[in-house]
Amino acid sequence: MTLAARRTATAYAFLALPLVFFISVRFGPMLYMMAMSLTDWGLLRKVLRFVGFSNYATIFADPVFLKSLSNTATYAIFGTPAVIVISLCLALLLDNVHGKGRSLFRLIYVLPYITPLVAVAWVWRWMFETPPLGIVNALLVGIGLPAREFLNSPTQALPSILTVNVWVDLGYCTTVFLAGIQTIPRGIIEAARIDGASARQILRRIVLPLLLPVTLFLTVIEGIQFLRIFTQVYNMSYQASGGPLNSTKSAALYIYQKAFTDFNMGVAASASLVLFVIILGVTLIQVRLFDRKLEY
Amino acid sequence: MKRARARVFLLIAMLIGAGAAHAQEVTITYWQYFYESKVNLMNDLIEKFQAENPGIKVDQVTFPYESYQQKVAAAVPAGEGPDVVNLFYGWLPLWVKSGYIQPLPAPDFSSDYFHKNFYPFVAEAVSFGGKNYAVPTAVRTLALLYNKKLFRDAGLDPNAPPKTLDELAAYAKRLSKYDAQGNLVQAGLLMQPSGQGHVWLREGLFRQFGAIPYSPDGRKVTYDSPAGIQAFQWYMDRITKDKVGYPNFSTDDVTAFRAQKGAMNVDGSFRIATLNAVKDLEWGAAELPTYKGIKSNFASFWANAIVSGVSGKKLEASVKFLKFITSASVQIQWLEKVGELPATPSLSEKFKNDPVISVFLKGLSYAHATSYVDEAAQRQIFMDAVDEVNLKKADPAAVLKAAAEKEQKLIDDFWK
Amino acid sequence: MRGPWPARTATYFVLTLLSVTMLFPFFWMLMSSLKDATQIFQVRLFPSKPTFDNYLYIFFSKSSRFPQWFLNSVIVGVSTTVSVLVFDSLIGYSLAKFRFPGKRVIFVLIISTLMIPTEMLVIPWYAMSRALKWVNTFWGIMYPGMISAFGVFLMRQFMMAVPDDLIDAARVDGKGELMIFFTVVYPLVTSAVAILAIFNFIGNWNAFLWPLIVVAKPGMFTLPVGLANFSGEAGSDWHYIMTGATVSMLPLIVVFLIFQKQIIRGIAMTGLKG
Repeated sequence: MTLAARRTATAYAFLALPLVFFISVRFGPMLYMMAMSLTDWGLLRKVLRFVGFSNYATIFADPVFLKSLSNTATYAIFGTPAVIVISLCLALLLDNVHGKGRSLFRLIYVLPYITPLVAVAWVWRWMFETPPLGIVNALLVGIGLPAREFLNSPTQALPSILTVNVWVDLGYCTTVFLAGIQTIPRGIIEAARIDGASARQILRRIVLPLLLPVTLFLTVIEGIQFLRIFTQVYNMSYQASGGPLNSTKSAALYIYQKAFTDFNMGVAASASLVLFVIILGVTLIQVRLFDRKLEY
Repeated sequence: MKRARARVFLLIAMLIGAGAAHAQEVTITYWQYFYESKVNLMNDLIEKFQAENPGIKVDQVTFPYESYQQKVAAAVPAGEGPDVVNLFYGWLPLWVKSGYIQPLPAPDFSSDYFHKNFYPFVAEAVSFGGKNYAVPTAVRTLALLYNKKLFRDAGLDPNAPPKTLDELAAYAKRLSKYDAQGNLVQAGLLMQPSGQGHVWLREGLFRQFGAIPYSPDGRKVTYDSPAGIQAFQWYMDRITKDKVGYPNFSTDDVTAFRAQKGAMNVDGSFRIATLNAVKDLEWGAAELPTYKGIKSNFASFWANAIVSGVSGKKLEASVKFLKFITSASVQIQWLEKVGELPATPSLSEKFKNDPVISVFLKGLSYAHATSYVDEAAQRQIFMDAVDEVNLKKADPAAVLKAAAEKEQKLIDDFWK
Repeated sequence: MRGPWPARTATYFVLTLLSVTMLFPFFWMLMSSLKDATQIFQVRLFPSKPTFDNYLYIFFSKSSRFPQWFLNSVIVGVSTTVSVLVFDSLIGYSLAKFRFPGKRVIFVLIISTLMIPTEMLVIPWYAMSRALKWVNTFWGIMYPGMISAFGVFLMRQFMMAVPDDLIDAARVDGKGELMIFFTVVYPLVTSAVAILAIFNFIGNWNAFLWPLIVVAKPGMFTLPVGLANFSGEAGSDWHYIMTGATVSMLPLIVVFLIFQKQIIRGIAMTGLKG
């Protein structure tokens, strides 16, 4: 065997098992899902029947599914900009702090990010309780503001969960932004300052444009994360129902309920594919949009 | 040589003997949902059963309540289910239809057997298509649970709980406390439709106001009537008008009552052991308040069934186990350790004087058990109805009508 | 920090305010864990009579399965991390240092799996686990996480920086490919290995959706799933929930404090190289 051939064989040997893995754990199941969405498979039935696109018709006629889609969109549309903007501001502020101070602050901000999300969800749920149990309401009442129903209200529950999600992700995004800011050559900023540019001009003309790749990355990551939201909704709604009155139910929770509470796998599969297409679509659009901005 | 051969023979004989004994040993699996007092008692009972029945081993597996049904639905068709399974009576139609459980062997568990030994609502609920499918150990019903200390604090006599719905409403107002902003901090009457609220409405309030909730065969929803609307309105007024309680106050009604943040709660007899374990909680039970002299209550039970496909020695062992866990002595133990009432009426005699248990026993005599087709979904319909009126200020009459339609569709789809 | 003092004060004020927001929930969680069943319902910053009874309960009470859950999480976390370290680096190495047909395609395929959300795959995974009897087993919980596409990406990046000469020299010396991998290449990418190990462990420790689905037996729950089960039919035992939440964080705090540099670096890297 030639050297090249031997190297190829080695590479394939190293890759054989992993490839089998990816096919059986990622690609195979995805194809399985596509096939399943066209059947009426449910664990309560023993026989599988091909039903064409009727599952898709079912979910789009289901007001609960449509509500879950609108909720998911709300999570993403409001959550992503909130996280990006706040963490960018934080990173800019932190950039001015040096040494141990910066490390300490960064450490504190990252803490929620490495905590188990289930624990975070339950702690916030405990904090959001209505009087007489919740600490947040106790603090609000203490400073003279009216108590809020938070997770008990169909209008406040989703924003409450959203706030917690933003709180969790701030540390991660701030750290990434900070690292991005650090890569900007100080020389350029110094030169601009000597030329008389104001802080705002430096920000708008130099810093932000140079941060565009990082911003794109974070926007995509956070967007996907919000579109997939599940754990927080499951643990912060009463009996994991996505309530009150489906006001917090995300698409992922809807899929879970259809699959593992109703045992209607065919419908759940179709809903998952819809979610997947949405995530893929949104990501591609974002990348395309930013790409145009990146070319200058 | 001879000795060696003898030893070999002895060894072989022992192995055969051990093999034979092992072949006679049968292991059956029993599933129930996790409720601490039930599980602990069941562990003790299993030990006793195994001692009395050498050759039968019982394996108890428990699951959290929320996922219990799904686990069964997933495991049984795959052949991974238990041999004997505990189920809520309301799931029986669905489980029978889905083929999870088999009819109980006729000679042991005939209709006569049920009618003679169990409450009428039990005999009715376990029969499906002329066959009987499950046996209960205990039954439960509702009562008005109240906090005696909070009664005293409000200037009410802790030995004179409210007797009518009007008194209940009045007491609830006196027992409610609010902070400076007007937020409820002590609920006079806990309102939790996801708990027992929905069944208090279904078989209690509806009937008291003159609305029969379902047709006798259980296939028609009939609470959508002026009387039904009145009952629903009465329930909702406690939340929206009097503001003596609301769903999920203090997390949920049980947490609230245990934390002494709620003065009264309509709850089931299964709560007895849990409440007795709370330090410094002085509580009492009273019969559900009457309305215009009418009493009505809701009864339910968990029963034990044999899973489809179980046969031969396992079936025999399962039947033995079933008879054991529903026997008289076990029912009495169940009452003492779990607080659920004996499913056999005659066994309650000795408890007629217990201040708490007697209240529940009285309730059994005028109790009805709803014929559910999908208990979880039907419960959710009521929870959503209450939320619609309370959180979205919808019109109770319209909401009740919509709920009735939803439930009717559910029932119709099931029987299709 | 340079600059006029009003700006400085304002900056520190904002940063500190936010730190308080970040830390307060943890503080509240800890305080709640020190309150018993009665005190938990009193809204006071500090418990009137702090007690460690809750911790004793969840660790030593017969009715508490917490120790099992903790152990399960450790087993799952460690096993998947070891597997990821071995396989992801092998894959990364092959993709970084070998030339062979289909290399680009394979790399793109592997990275593209990052786009497929787990939420979509849990249903077929569940069907697979049921068919192969992996439900309620450690393997069932672990198998989707044994190789991570993100790890492949990371290791490939780092391995590309390993000088080819070293590898060629080892080949000339007659060493087998596997030996070369473990003795020459691996030691040079320890920082990547550390980052991958930490993030993988954290990710698996916190995983919720899949363990929730694949495990029915309470004894086999991982910590997050167990935590979600503290609230049930008999109400919510908030003091135990808060205690469980505190304990579930402890191993991660330890990992965090020891490896903070690598963690921060790892987070930063995902953004910059991505």
